[in-house]
Amino acid sequence: MNVVAPFEGIGASLRRKEDFRFLRGRGAYTDDFNRQGQLHAWILRSPHAHARLTSVDTAAAAKMPGVVAVFTGADMAKDNIGGLPCGWQIHNKDGSPMAEPAHPVLAADKVRHVGDPIAVAIAATREQARDAAEAIAVSYDVLPAVANTLDAVKPGAPAVHDGVGGNLCYDWHIGDKAVLDAAFAQAAKIVSLDMVNNRLIPNAMEPRAALGEFDPTTGDYTLHTTSQNPHVIRLLMGANVLHIPESKLRVVAPDVGGGFGSKIYHYAEEAIVTWSAGKLGRPVKWTADRSESFMSDAHGRDHVSNAQLALDANGKILGLKVHTYANMGAYLSTFAPCVPTYLYATLLAGTYTTPVIYCEVKAVFTNTVPVDAYRGAGRPEATFLLERLMDVAAQETGIDRVELRRRNFIQPDQFPYQTPVALQYDSGNYQATLDQALVTADWAGFESRRAEAAKRGKLRGIGISTYLEACGIAPSAVVGSLGARAGLYEVGTIRVHPTGSVTVLTGAHSHGQGHETTFAQLVADKLGVPTAQVDIVHGDTAKVPFGMGTYGSRSLAVGGSAMMKAMDKIIAKGKRIAAHLMEASVDDIEFDRGTFRVAGTDKTKALVDISVAAYVPHNYPIDEIEPGLEETAFYDPKNFTYPGGCHIAEVEICPETGKVSMVNFTAVDDVGRVINPMIVEGQVQGGIAQGIGQALLETCVYDADGQLLSGSMMDYTMPRADDLAPVSVATHTTLCTHNPLGVKGCGEVGAIGSPPAVINAVVDALRDYGVRSLDMPATPAKMWQIINGGRRMAAE
Amino acid sequence: MYDFAYHKPGSVADAVKLLADPDAKAISGGHTLLPALKHRLNKPSALVDLSGIAELRGIKRVGNAIVIGALTRHVEVANSAEVAAAIPALAYMASLIGDVQVRNRGTLGGSVANNDPAADYPAAVLGLGATVHTSSRKIAADDFFQGMFTTAMEAGEILTAVEFPIVDKAGYAKMRNPASRYVMAGVFVSKSGGAVRVAVNGAGPCVFRQAAMEAALAANWSPDAVAGIKQSAADLNSDIHGSAEYRAHLVGVMAKRAVAAAG
Ligand SMILES: Cc1cc2nc3c(=O)[nH]c(=O)nc-3n(C[C@H](O)[C@H](O)[C@H](O)COP(=O)(O)OP(=O)(O)OC[C@H]3O[C@@H](n4cnc5c(N)ncnc54)[C@H](O)[C@@H]3O)c2cc1C
Repeated sequence: MNVVAPFEGIGASLRRKEDFRFLRGRGAYTDDFNRQGQLHAWILRSPHAHARLTSVDTAAAAKMPGVVAVFTGADMAKDNIGGLPCGWQIHNKDGSPMAEPAHPVLAADKVRHVGDPIAVAIAATREQARDAAEAIAVSYDVLPAVANTLDAVKPGAPAVHDGVGGNLCYDWHIGDKAVLDAAFAQAAKIVSLDMVNNRLIPNAMEPRAALGEFDPTTGDYTLHTTSQNPHVIRLLMGANVLHIPESKLRVVAPDVGGGFGSKIYHYAEEAIVTWSAGKLGRPVKWTADRSESFMSDAHGRDHVSNAQLALDANGKILGLKVHTYANMGAYLSTFAPCVPTYLYATLLAGTYTTPVIYCEVKAVFTNTVPVDAYRGAGRPEATFLLERLMDVAAQETGIDRVELRRRNFIQPDQFPYQTPVALQYDSGNYQATLDQALVTADWAGFESRRAEAAKRGKLRGIGISTYLEACGIAPSAVVGSLGARAGLYEVGTIRVHPTGSVTVLTGAHSHGQGHETTFAQLVADKLGVPTAQVDIVHGDTAKVPFGMGTYGSRSLAVGGSAMMKAMDKIIAKGKRIAAHLMEASVDDIEFDRGTFRVAGTDKTKALVDISVAAYVPHNYPIDEIEPGLEETAFYDPKNFTYPGGCHIAEVEICPETGKVSMVNFTAVDDVGRVINPMIVEGQVQGGIAQGIGQALLETCVYDADGQLLSGSMMDYTMPRADDLAPVSVATHTTLCTHNPLGVKGCGEVGAIGSPPAVINAVVDALRDYGVRSLDMPATPAKMWQIINGGRRMAAE
Repeated sequence: MYDFAYHKPGSVADAVKLLADPDAKAISGGHTLLPALKHRLNKPSALVDLSGIAELRGIKRVGNAIVIGALTRHVEVANSAEVAAAIPALAYMASLIGDVQVRNRGTLGGSVANNDPAADYPAAVLGLGATVHTSSRKIAADDFFQGMFTTAMEAGEILTAVEFPIVDKAGYAKMRNPASRYVMAGVFVSKSGGAVRVAVNGAGPCVFRQAAMEAALAANWSPDAVAGIKQSAADLNSDIHGSAEYRAHLVGVMAKRAVAAAG
């Protein structure tokens, strides 16, 4: 009988099973797979932001050493290859659909951003392919380009796509403007703030890679790719781009070294290697170098907004009005349209009882890399806007910033709480997370720390953010009604083997989240099988029935729930078998962590007795119950989940250099039930590192002509260990009320809650300098300009 | 990278012969050259690997100077007891270059020969008034650094060592570029008897001496002496990380800190 030590179940900080291979360099990433006869692809990319291709001559390239083929968009057109599809359709205010221009795999007649793929050279080695790509003669008729979001909507701006007037992808809104105007008319105070949410470049540690294979005997295609959702890639690429039936297309996402959203989407290179492998009858591999990642991985954020908050005389919020321009880049990436709409505007109530909200969003095309979801996706933008606005409102009403938040919090007894922007929160306790964070961060003792820092010549500030997010995306019917072209359920299969070990097939995909450990803990907790005997299989369409993948902090809330549902089916079947073996009635069988018992007796059977009987059915009611012990469940969530919490940042600014140093960071998050506290802490810390990165360091810079100035680590500031602060992570739990585990999700909270806390701290440190609005990142040069602005102007 | 021939000579004389080919390039630690090759920014016909030349290695005290061979890695200078005793600011400067991997590979010769405006070594060489030894001559620091990535060395000339005079006091302070962590603005100061040198790196297209600060420090060696001196922003670098004005301001701050560090 398997006896499970209780520390392996829910709540145990089990060390990560997967680290055994990762720490020894034995992970198997896409680029680690090499096949006999494999060829290498190099993609020729546009050096221009906008140009008409007058000719693409591959003759010389095709004759280079080692070259097997050079393909262009024209070659793909001959094979009827479709464009890259967009998975979400937004409708304009007037009900008409968004502009959805073609997104060719290889450029047809125009290139629209630096890095836009034009042709592919395929050769025996990667260097030969690159040599050949350089030998392709392209004549460009360079066109005027536009990179900046607001410039793109100015009259006379260069048109990124013919037929898309004003570069407008959509003009969308949510909320009742008339009700809002009425609320504003009652306001004692209206606070208005302009904000930019800086554009980010994801930079997963593993660059994207793809390996396409074709078996001419069977006609089967296989794609290994760096993806967060292999089934979605199979669906999109098979059905929309290459027209390969799913039965003939296997997509494998093996170990993946970080995604942060950037590996959700279906990218051109996946289609290129799969199609070329078919044409050439040989495996074709492509692996991005870091420079390519900068100009071909979908970027994140990039909003320009004005927000107005109406308050009554007591600081109660009466209404919120937001106008946002969202940069889509040159083409619509897979989920791009939903990010600045349903993942953004629906979050604008935050933790507050704002009775009416109106938000309009104009999505615009520019000559830049496509923008899509990046860790938090829409929710960091909403949170930054709201939490900055709250601080400015506190300043301008004279109400303490903590007190202003308290006055507007949704109260613990108000759940379920219906916001004016579609979402219904199921649970939360924002007062509790706030109180706990204030104590941990010693908010009350801050002024003495500020005074001590001042003696050292430093400007010290403290900032707070009481955020909320919606994740665990999402009920299929809801997202369908909002424009998703897919359902967002998840699939889980539990296979109990004859001798009692378990294989779990999950449609979620782990690329750093530790699923192989957390999911095994669910099985240990529920079925009583030691985690060492639980194997989690994911990322292979040939093994897992189906799956929507991992993003939006959904793996545990949705994928874990599917597994729970499948385990319920295992237990139900197991009870029937146990009833037979113990000659009892099914209704009298109880199950607890691996043991079936006839209620009120000491008659028991272990799970392994049941599984052996199920697979070796010598003594088995074969007429009544099918042999085997394997169950599959699809779980479609009833609602989003709503993690929330409080982040407090403390910073010091050196007035001489302008450098902002993080000195302390406190997070108290409500992520629902915690399965593995160590993994949750790691996820939250990682998210906070990215949030601090956005607030202080990272920004994607294009010049006016659409050249990417921050095109490498030399100019794009990734956070390093010494840029971060000691981070204290704690959780305060209210359970999700609608999924079987009570879990909410922890993957994105760090990146969502932290940026406004950091910027509020910076603004607080600069309280003597009259700073009202401050765009991220708070770089040394920007800080110095603020601190020395007056002096510098006087000197000139 | 593009294809190239590879040579590993055993002596400076052999290396000079191989470098007679104008398209051949010397390689030492490779931490500047290899990234450039990988990005295909450079297409040498041959790489002449200097790492097998024993005479280019080592740190020794010669009279009132520390002579450091061109192949000496940053980590060796940072950890050298000899350097720490004689010119602690030089060891300190080396300990701040890049990160551990960079210091374990990058060499004095490669850094000085490359003369990257944002590199650390040029400030120490100019700030200490060192003498650069090459395969054919000795060049004073004041004549050596001529412009962005440009030095007095001619094609095929090999930097063999740098002779750093032992001074009374020296100090170095820098502000790093937040992204690359190369130098955004740095100042290396030294004092030897009445002679004061102030070398500025990072801020301009090439390391340069700050005459007004030198005069002020000669009169009064103290951080306050440089505080009032304004560095002109004209001709300084300006990029997405900071304007020329910001860099000019940083020169004043770093000068103050460098003098304070020198004591
Ligand atoms: C990630 C990273 C961070 C870095 N950060 C810093 C930093 O903060 N500060 C800093 O100063 N540097 C920094 N560097 C650069 C590093 O210090 C280099 O190692 C150094 O600048 C060049 O030395 P090398 O031996 O690697 O030269 P190589 O790359 O081998 O050569 C550089 C150039 O010098 C020529 N050359 C080499 N040796 C000689 C010689 N003996 N005679 C004549 N010509 C020669 C080569 O032909 C080539 O043109 C960084 C490098 C990296 C990769």
